[in-house]
Amino acid sequence: MKKLLGLAAFLLILYLLMLFADESARSLSNHFNLGKRIGLYGIISLGAGMLIITGGIDLSIGSVVGFCCTVFALLLTHPRCQWHPAAAIAAVLGIGALIGLVNGLIVAKLKVQAFVVTLCGLFIYRGASRWLAGDTVQGLGNSFVAWKYWLAKSHDVLGLPMSLVIFLALAAVATVFLHFSIYGRYFFAIGSNEQAARYAGVATDRYRILAYVLCSTLAAFFAVLFLMEENSVQPSSTGNFFELYAIAGAVLGGCSLRGGEGSVLGVLIGTAIIRILPTFTQMLKVPSSLEYTVIGTALLLGALLDELLRRRSQKRG
Amino acid sequence: MANTVVDALPLVEASGVSKSFPGVRALQDVSLRLAAGETLCVVGENGAGKSTLMKILGGVYTADSGEIRFDGAPVELGSVDAAQRLGITLIHQELNLADSLDVAGNLFLGREPRWGGPLGIIRRSIYSDALVVMQRLGLDCSPRTPVSRLSIGQQQLVEIARAISLDSRVLILDEPTSSLTQRETDRLFEVLRDLKRDGVSILYISHRLAEVREIADRVTVLRDGRNAGELKREEISHDAIVRLMVGREVKQFFHRTSSGRSPAPGMTTTNGASPVFESRGLVVQSGQRRPIRFSIHGGEIVGMAGLMGAGRTELAEAIFGVRPLLSGEVAVDGKTVVLRSPADAIAAGIFLVPEDRRLQGLLLAQSVKENISLPSLDRLNHLGLVARGAERELAESMRTRLNIRTPHVEQLAGLLSGGNQQKIVIAKWLARSCRLFILDEPTRGIDVGAKAEIYGLMRELADQGMGVLMISSDLEEILGVSDRVLVMHQGDLAGGLTRDEMTEEAIMRLATGGETHS
Repeated sequence: MKKLLGLAAFLLILYLLMLFADESARSLSNHFNLGKRIGLYGIISLGAGMLIITGGIDLSIGSVVGFCCTVFALLLTHPRCQWHPAAAIAAVLGIGALIGLVNGLIVAKLKVQAFVVTLCGLFIYRGASRWLAGDTVQGLGNSFVAWKYWLAKSHDVLGLPMSLVIFLALAAVATVFLHFSIYGRYFFAIGSNEQAARYAGVATDRYRILAYVLCSTLAAFFAVLFLMEENSVQPSSTGNFFELYAIAGAVLGGCSLRGGEGSVLGVLIGTAIIRILPTFTQMLKVPSSLEYTVIGTALLLGALLDELLRRRSQKRG
Repeated sequence: MANTVVDALPLVEASGVSKSFPGVRALQDVSLRLAAGETLCVVGENGAGKSTLMKILGGVYTADSGEIRFDGAPVELGSVDAAQRLGITLIHQELNLADSLDVAGNLFLGREPRWGGPLGIIRRSIYSDALVVMQRLGLDCSPRTPVSRLSIGQQQLVEIARAISLDSRVLILDEPTSSLTQRETDRLFEVLRDLKRDGVSILYISHRLAEVREIADRVTVLRDGRNAGELKREEISHDAIVRLMVGREVKQFFHRTSSGRSPAPGMTTTNGASPVFESRGLVVQSGQRRPIRFSIHGGEIVGMAGLMGAGRTELAEAIFGVRPLLSGEVAVDGKTVVLRSPADAIAAGIFLVPEDRRLQGLLLAQSVKENISLPSLDRLNHLGLVARGAERELAESMRTRLNIRTPHVEQLAGLLSGGNQQKIVIAKWLARSCRLFILDEPTRGIDVGAKAEIYGLMRELADQGMGVLMISSDLEEILGVSDRVLVMHQGDLAGGLTRDEMTEEAIMRLATGGETHS
């Protein structure tokens, strides 16, 4: 709890600094864009966060996003497909779930390290999307205006961008699932001590697999919104680095890579911090080429501070 | 010849050695003499202090007080390195080899002959050097074989070869044969006899008294961290050793039953009532000689004794569905139970309080409440959500019932003392209805007060009609708490003893592979 307060305070400071630094940062459109991006990237951080809480990891998120974007675009526009958007969305979500199931089965049943399995996924799905799309950009052009408008473009609910609203709704569901349901308890128990959870009769394999399915399905859902927002997909690059954004948001938000620790609220705050940092660098006229460096440095400082605080509290305890 | 070595000037002489760990006095005023070329076996029950003493001589631990002389001069061992430079090498029960390096690489690890100064390039000559030592020990593989490809017995010889190449004069072997086959054991003994002829002294720890009889020049027995006695070559016999190992009065610490009775009428262990649990020909480990059959009736506490590595924990894990059964089946209330996972065992009413509570029993970073409710969440389930009120009530009631000392039930389990942690591990099962309650070393490392409370609780559970199986390495505890006892030896059920037959000697005889007597 203390940690969350600290993070929230850090976020607030960053936000205020941003406001003071530049007049254009105070504009409504800047806020709208920021909210939109927090909403979008929050979705994959949520998936990564739930998985990390069970002690798992998924490095294939970015490639799964690229693959799902590609498949989604092809289903909608390819002359031989031309699917109805609802059907295409269902199919893409199904593909996401299937990828998660495969990852989860290999990790839980065949006991291959998650890092290795999902690192391979990172390569496999990237290659698959390039091959499917003939390595060319797939665009939606001017079609599906209504769907784009509803899912991602400047549509708003009470002034909030649609993607943020969708994310907040997902976060609410995830909060109930993770913090109030018995399944969430099992997630935390497995992450804390998988063996003890098994000795308490928890079907640990089942819930570990479920975490992978949730993570990949959320990545697929993100892909749907992302394509609607961006209007096109570059099979060789769309989604690059996104797994790292997702994991960074979750870890910054207090999900321990050792498992058993984390919260939905933390993931929300962590994602917001990661999203606000690039804006912040722009405002301060730091060259945008340094964006990754700024994010990386901020994360490292956060991790160092966390470790120092932990040692201090341990010494006192 | 064996008689003269005792009188000769000892090579190693430890006198008045004491060592304490937080909460435990491991050694008190222990003395030991070892002559050059002598094989001295050190025996004692689990926890008698054998390993501690060996670790002090091997430089792993430093004694709190006492003196160690080597070749007549007092020495400070201080570190493993210092002990090895003197010529004392300790070979641990768990071998310490770098698995992925080859035999020669392990033999010379940390002292490789090299050239190129700071470049530190290893000389090829280590392979020929290694071969010389290996041939002496009859280790007939290539020095380039990775250690991971060797059998356990060969790996042990690599450790011994390493000691030899260090010019060790004293070799300490801690339970060297615990995972060896009979052939490998015979080979090891040949090597040890050769070394002895070359004047190497051997300190040998073993639970296996047959081995001790075979190779010892002398036996020294430790009991409760003190010298219990010594036997010369001609005095060594199974019974003599066991007598020294257990020869103490059983303290009347255990209130054997909460109601102070021996098996109550109608609750005797072998009457006609059908058992709550039956082990029908279980085979758990491949080295087992015969299937394990026993049954447990409601209302009784059955102790399970045996030495370290006798297969008790493995048996418990198999009954709890953690470890696959090689063959056989278990039955609860006469009905066969299919065991694929702990969930199956739990559904059948078999619960386990595991041996290592921190590793298998607790979520250290979660609260007391969440630990207690974990196996019962399916019952605290309200439309998929945790029924928080009921959960809290459950945790609070267990806290009161078991007297768990914690400021509140939201406290992290990892912050409580060992005894209170153990109570949590027990408490989490009490909300469910149980047929067989297995407790593996339930009181290891916990204080006397909590011990007594756990004994009381076990009796209470038995009185409610469930069967209790208590695995323990503490003979006093076995004798004080159990209504009868099962004894395991090297993976097999060596025998059972009724309340009247239960004595420390009888148990130790079975546990050390002595002849069964019914």
